[in-house]
Amino acid sequence: MKYLLLIYSNPENWEHPMFLRNPEFLAMPAAEREALTGQSDALHQEITESGELLVAAALADPLTSRTVRVRDGVPVTTDGPYAEIKEQLAGYLVVDCESAERAVEIASRIPDARFGGVHVQPIMDMSGQEM
Amino acid sequence: MSDPGRVEDVLRRLAPRVLVALVRHYRDFETAEDAVQEALLAAATQWPARGVPDNPEGWLVRVASRRMIDQLRGELAGRQREERILAQSPQGETHMPGADDQPDDTDDTVVLLLLCCHPSLTPSSQVALTLRAVGGLTTAEIARAFLTPEATMAQRISRARKRIREAGAAFRMPPEPERLERLRVVLHVLYLIFNEGYTATSGPSLHRAELAGEAIRLTRIVHRALPGDGEVAGLLALMLLTDARRPARARPDGSLVPLAEQDRRLWNQESLQEGLALITRTLSQARVGPYQLQAAIAAVHGEATRAEDTDWPQIVNLYRLLEATAPNPMVTLGHAVAVAMVDGPEAGLRLLEPLTGDKQLSGHHRLPAVRAQLLEMAGDADAALGAYHLAARLTTSLPEQHYLRSRAARLAKKAREGPAAT
Repeated sequence: MKYLLLIYSNPENWEHPMFLRNPEFLAMPAAEREALTGQSDALHQEITESGELLVAAALADPLTSRTVRVRDGVPVTTDGPYAEIKEQLAGYLVVDCESAERAVEIASRIPDARFGGVHVQPIMDMSGQEM
Repeated sequence: MSDPGRVEDVLRRLAPRVLVALVRHYRDFETAEDAVQEALLAAATQWPARGVPDNPEGWLVRVASRRMIDQLRGELAGRQREERILAQSPQGETHMPGADDQPDDTDDTVVLLLLCCHPSLTPSSQVALTLRAVGGLTTAEIARAFLTPEATMAQRISRARKRIREAGAAFRMPPEPERLERLRVVLHVLYLIFNEGYTATSGPSLHRAELAGEAIRLTRIVHRALPGDGEVAGLLALMLLTDARRPARARPDGSLVPLAEQDRRLWNQESLQEGLALITRTLSQARVGPYQLQAAIAAVHGEATRAEDTDWPQIVNLYRLLEATAPNPMVTLGHAVAVAMVDGPEAGLRLLEPLTGDKQLSGHHRLPAVRAQLLEMAGDADAALGAYHLAARLTTSLPEQHYLRSRAARLAKKAREGPAAT
């Protein structure tokens, strides 16, 4: 089953990896900071080598984003983030895992899960059992 | 010039034999599997233009050996070891197995399958490695079938090969009772491959459908090697009987047609008859097991020319046996539907009650889907609608979601039009 992992972050300054700039992270003792950085690298290596990671991307500052709405056939484009919320979409991964539990486990090991949040949602597929 | 389709058939048939020859010679599955894949790719590019060589197997073994030696040379630092490898390399075609020289060819394929389905691997890795090493599919083909980037699939396969080496698995038939346990894993992997193909509907996932044929081909090989194993025969029969329904199970737009509404004239008679004959023969000879029972259920459906002719009491009996041998909430769901057909929907719904708290089924769409069907049969439209909508929200399959929502819409319409319309 494939899952979309959406990483939400609330950075003061948009720069990847986000968690490195988080005030809570910066306030942590050096050893803990190092552990969290190592955790991120190890996770990336693990899911790459296992063939679970299909794609991952970091997103640009929401300032550079646009939202398009078509109303009465007229497209209206607004600059900036989709909604005035504190936590913004900062990046995403698509993973192919054996179970939903595994997808949640991967999400929980993304350092941003600690400061922002990681949303896990299954991706629909075209296969179907007849009933 | 050779027909590319013929070249592909030859390659797929020879792939496991060439791999076995190399593994036997070099005792290094990891490197051999990679080398064989490269040889197959070389043949797939060269043979269609230049023609198939007189001894295609010898050609493949030679090319794969060369790649293998290159690879090992690159990896081995010590000169001594390199010399040892070179001294071991096949000297020419005299060392190669001949095309007709296949006394225990099918046995070798089974040993190869046991290795590819090693218990240290995850099911998705077992599936990928089996399709490549035994099925002779390219990484690109496997990646396409699983809608996965090729690099990811390549990673999964190389990881699986490494795991097998680390687990110290050897290329030989494991002793009993391990052999039997490992064979069950092989059957499960073949079943997974079949299901990936069978559940593919039309449209963008059509190439996945070929996986069903590939699973049948590989299961046939195992059946030829182990004709006395009732479960191998049962799985092959189950695949044939299920695959026979493929032309009728989806509409051209990819939407699902339930068994009760399928146009049975579209069923593939050849597969159906072969499956019926195989399961009938097997049930009278072998110790019964879950695959045989599932095949027997599929056979009862297959024997009914019209849905209303289905021998439901017989299906209830088979489900009872299946629950006794291999209890599983999915089996209970099938059992409940069959009981509903014999003793009425309330009896079926009662069978579903204990499943409510089941951990394996929690959050799964199948339970509300079956409950919806039985509630509709019972005439409880409101509860049925709720269950249909819940099932539609829980499924992660687009065709299933469409099916469940359209069932709900049909029922809502019927309920609106009042009891006179029902």
